[in-house]
Amino acid sequence: MFGWLRFIALGTAAAAAAAAVTAVAQDALVPIEVVGNGIPTPLTAQPGDPARGKQVVTDATNATCLICHNMPDLPEQPDQGNLAPVMEHPGSKYTAAQLRLRLVNPKLITPDTIMPAYYRVDGLTRVQQQYVGKTIYKPQDVEDVIAYLLTLK
Amino acid sequence: MTARRILAAVLLAALGLLAPALATAQGAPNLAKFQVEDRKSGYFYMGTQTRALQDDEFLNPGMFAIDQGKAIWNKIDGPKGQSCAACHGNAEQTMKGVAAKYPRFDERKGGVINLELVINRERTERMGAAPLEYESDALLALTTYITYQSRGLTREPVIAGPAAPFFERGKEFFFTRRGQLDLSCAQCHDDRAGGKLRGDTISQGQINGFPFYRLIWRSMGSTHRMFQWCNTSMRAEPFAMGSEEYLNLELYVAWRGRGLLIETPAVRK
Ligand code: HEC
Ligand code: HEC
Repeated sequence: MFGWLRFIALGTAAAAAAAAVTAVAQDALVPIEVVGNGIPTPLTAQPGDPARGKQVVTDATNATCLICHNMPDLPEQPDQGNLAPVMEHPGSKYTAAQLRLRLVNPKLITPDTIMPAYYRVDGLTRVQQQYVGKTIYKPQDVEDVIAYLLTLK
Repeated sequence: MTARRILAAVLLAALGLLAPALATAQGAPNLAKFQVEDRKSGYFYMGTQTRALQDDEFLNPGMFAIDQGKAIWNKIDGPKGQSCAACHGNAEQTMKGVAAKYPRFDERKGGVINLELVINRERTERMGAAPLEYESDALLALTTYITYQSRGLTREPVIAGPAAPFFERGKEFFFTRRGQLDLSCAQCHDDRAGGKLRGDTISQGQINGFPFYRLIWRSMGSTHRMFQWCNTSMRAEPFAMGSEEYLNLELYVAWRGRGLLIETPAVRK
């Protein structure tokens, strides 16, 4: 929760940082614009699909949120981590824009967070060959995950 | 080797039945000897069954590497007709305390050297034999056998003098965020030991039990293989085993766990 408070305080600085990043390094990615404490514009024209978002979130092979977060809405998922806040009722707590910023690059909210940036390729060190230039989630994955999280009220 | 593997598999299968009984018979383990100040062995973070497997010399699957290592110690190899034993005699006496001195700065190399590399230097220079491949069964076995002779002793690596710049590089490695997941060793092993990363309890990432037997690998493993595993789990390009980067890191990590008792062959999940 503290991260979230700092996030609001950092909103303006984050917006500036993200704008610079967009201009320089992330040409190949969908441009991102941080406004206040979120990213209001979806990364894709196609609306997010909550059912697919659930599949993405629980995909054990792709940096699932469950590595670190416990998600009470997914009691059937084994081995949930506890390195991060319990992800409870995200749909009542956050707007789509806030979740989008959190997923795209949480370092803009909390610079020293362990949460990975799911849509970022710049500023990383010694990325494994097979992931160079690739984001963890594709734009549609981000939108689908947001749509899913918003159903968890 | 195959017979040993089969025996190991049978023992592992039997463990499910035996371990609870063993644990009860032995009572609560004395964890004090697995900790010095705030430094804790990986043993500390293991479940009862894995601890019981390590504690019992008959069940510990790492003990096969000791037998194998002893055989290699005595085996003549190379054109000079030499073996380790030809020069060093009975390892149980002559190798006591030797592994505890590694990793260390080495004048000739002009950098950090570890036990694996010293073994290979002995083989090539004194025996004229081919070096053993890093992470081969043979090198792991010999390293484990020699380290076993230092069981219960501690590592107190020298980090001053000529070792200092290499130590600093290892330390920097430990604190550098890497890979697509952008994580550092310190973020998991300094800051979050005891926490749950999916189904794994994160330990302090100490190396006092290496080479160790890792249950998910069903094999022995070296410190450098573990460094590679952790690097690839943060989706970072690993360095080669035996590389300068990992040797420096090994020096830092050994110092970080200074005073912990050597417990090779440790058993870990
Ligand atoms: C490697 C660990 C890790 C992973 C993987 C991870 N997170 Fe996080 N997340 C954190 C941590 C730690 C925080 C706490 C705040 C901070 O550090 O920024 C956090 C905070 C959050 C928050 C804000 C919670 C609050 O109370 O402030 C949301 C929402 C969130 N994560 C969603 C996700 C989603 C969705 C995924 C997967 C797509 C995910 N996280 C994957 C570590 C992680
Ligand atoms: C994403 C989290 C994470 C990061 C980052 C990480 N590790 Fe690990 N590490 C683990 C897990 C999980 C294990 C297995 C459980 C345990 O022993 O901690 C492990 C185990 C280890 C072990 C074996 C400890 C034992 O007692 O068996 C060592 C040594 C180690 N790590 C060193 C490192 C080093 C050095 C780095 C940086 C190059 C690093 N780790 C980065 C998660 C991580």
